[in-house]
Amino acid sequence: MVAAAAVAPVAAGAALDVIDVGHAFDLDGKKLHVLNRISFRAEPGELVALLGPSGCGKSSLLRLVAGLEPPSVGSVLVDDAPITGPHPSRVVMFQDPTLYPWRTVRANVSLGLEARGLLRTLGGRVDQALQLVGLTQFASAYPHQLSGGMAQRVSLARALVNDPRLLLLDEPLGKLDSMTRITMQGELVSLWQRSGFTALLVTHDVEEALFMANRVIVLSDRPAAIKADVSVDLPYPRHRGDARLAELRREVLGLLGLDANW
Amino acid sequence: MFSAKTVQAEDALQSAALPFVAPVPRVPIWTTGVVAGLTWLGFAAITQYLPDIDDFERTTLLAQIALVLAAALALLVAVAPLQNNGGAIGRGLAKVRHAGPWLILLAVALSAWELVTAKFLVLPRPFFASPQAMLEVFTDDYPRLGDSVWHSVLLLSGGYLIGAAVGFSFGVAIGWSRVVGYWAHPVLRLIGPLPATAWLPLAFFAFPSSHSASTFLVALATGFPVTVLTWSGVASVNKAYYDVARTMGASQRFLVLKVAIPAALPSVFVGLFMGLGSSFSVLVVAEMMGVKSGLGWYLQWAQGWAAYANMYSALLVMALMCTGLITLLFRVRDRVLSWQKGLVQW
Repeated sequence: MVAAAAVAPVAAGAALDVIDVGHAFDLDGKKLHVLNRISFRAEPGELVALLGPSGCGKSSLLRLVAGLEPPSVGSVLVDDAPITGPHPSRVVMFQDPTLYPWRTVRANVSLGLEARGLLRTLGGRVDQALQLVGLTQFASAYPHQLSGGMAQRVSLARALVNDPRLLLLDEPLGKLDSMTRITMQGELVSLWQRSGFTALLVTHDVEEALFMANRVIVLSDRPAAIKADVSVDLPYPRHRGDARLAELRREVLGLLGLDANW
Repeated sequence: MFSAKTVQAEDALQSAALPFVAPVPRVPIWTTGVVAGLTWLGFAAITQYLPDIDDFERTTLLAQIALVLAAALALLVAVAPLQNNGGAIGRGLAKVRHAGPWLILLAVALSAWELVTAKFLVLPRPFFASPQAMLEVFTDDYPRLGDSVWHSVLLLSGGYLIGAAVGFSFGVAIGWSRVVGYWAHPVLRLIGPLPATAWLPLAFFAFPSSHSASTFLVALATGFPVTVLTWSGVASVNKAYYDVARTMGASQRFLVLKVAIPAALPSVFVGLFMGLGSSFSVLVVAEMMGVKSGLGWYLQWAQGWAAYANMYSALLVMALMCTGLITLLFRVRDRVLSWQKGLVQW
C-alpha cells in the first residue's frame, strides 16, 4: 500500500444529486416498486453509505447512478448534468468480481483502457493499479487461480484504472470471509482518502457502513425510502472499538428495527 | 490427513533409526516390455516359418517389420533406467511404457489373425484379408491411396472451413441481434435438423461440379451445429460481463468482439467438434455417390473389384485421418481455451 502515491489523483470527486427518484421493474406483468422518491446529495469527495435490508432496492439505485438503466421517475445528476448512460468516470465494483475468466489479471485490469483505446498511451496505469492492490506478482495469473479476496482486489484495480470521479461500490465485500473483509474495509478507506473520488457504498452491514462512511443513509424495506441520514462524525483512521461507533450502531440498528435483537 | 501424517511420522522414525541405509535407486526390469518383445518375436516367427496356404507377396516383409518392433522393444527394455532421468527421453519412455499392455495385445491379435487367414484359412477369402495382404495394399497401391487421402482432406477442409466460418458468424449474429434472431430462428429450426445428405440429389444437380456440390454439403453439415452452439454460447454469456464493460465505456463492437465471442468460445468448440463429426459422414457419402476421388470413392471402387484388402486398408486410413483431424481440433482448443480448467483430454 506504500506505492499509493504513484497514482496521482487527477480528477477530484464528482458531486452526485439524486432527486426524487422512483423506480419499478416489470415482473411477470406486475409492477414491482423498488425505490420510493429517494433524494439525497453526495458532496465531492464524500463517502456515502446506502444501508438497508437485503432486497430493498439499494443495488437498483446504484445501477441508476451508473447509468446502466434510466430511472422510472425523477433524475440523477452528476455535477449538475443528468446521467444519460454509463461513463468510465463512474465505475461500479460489483458484489461478484465478474472478472473475465479468459483474460489474465493484467488483461482484466486493462479492460477499461482497452475499451476506450487508451491502453497504449495510459498502459502504465495498469501496473500502478496492480501495485496499489498488491497483486503485481499475480499479473499473469488467470481468475480461476485467485482466492475470493484476490479476485475482488483485481476488480478494484480494474475500476481504479479508469481514474473514476465517482466509485460505486455494490456490496463489494459481501461475499468475502470476515477476515479479508475487515482488511479490505481499511484498504478501501485509505484508498478513497488518498484518491479524492466520491464513493457510494451499498451495504447491508451496519458496522461496515459506520466504519467506512462519512454519512450513512438508512433505507426502509422495499420500496426503499430514506429513513434517516446519519452523519458519522469520527475522524479516520477509525477504531472498531470506538464508543461513539457503538452508540451510532445502536441508533442505526434501532432505525432498522433490529435493536431488540442486539 | 491424520493417517497420512502418522505414516509420514513413522517413515521419519524409521529413517532416523537406520541412518546408514541409503536408498539405492534401482529400476526393476520392465517385465511388460519383455513380454511384448517376445510376443512380437513370436508373431514374426509364425509369419515367417509357418507355411502360407497360398502365395502371399508380403509375408517376409511383415515378418521383418514384426522383428524390427521386437528389436526396438528389446532396446527399450535395455534403456528403461533412463526413464528416471526426466526430460524428453524420460517422458517418451514413460509413454511407451504406458502402451506396453496394448503392444502385447496387438501382437497376440495379429498372430491370431495371421493364423486364421494366411496360415489355415479358417476365414473365407476374399471377404477376410490377411495382414500381409493389407500390407501389400500399402506397399503397392500407395499412390492411389495417398491421392485419395489428399482429395478427401482437400474436400473436407474446404467445406469444413467455409461451414465453420459461416456458422460462427451466423451464430454470433443470431445470438447478438434480436432482429436477426427473429428472422433466422424459424429457418434454422426448419432447415437445420434436415440431414445434409438429404440435399445430395439437389446439390449434384444444382452445382456446376461434383466437387463444389460436395463442398456445399460438407459446409452445410458443419454449419448447423456450429451455428446453434455459437448462438447458444453468445446468448448465455453472463450479463454482468456486459455491465462491467459498459460502465467502462465499451462500444457495441467491443462488447461483441472482446466480451461475447471469447465468453462463447467453449460452446463454439463443442459446435466445431460436432460439425467435424457430421462432416466426415457427409464427405464419405458424397464421395461414394458422385465425386470421382477420395477415400469414399476408393472404398466403393475396392468393393466393386472385390478387393477387400484394399477396402480394409482404406478404412484404416480413414480412421487415422478422422482421429488425426479431431486430435488437431482438440489441440487448437486446448491452446485457445488454456484459461479454462478441467478440459477433457482427447
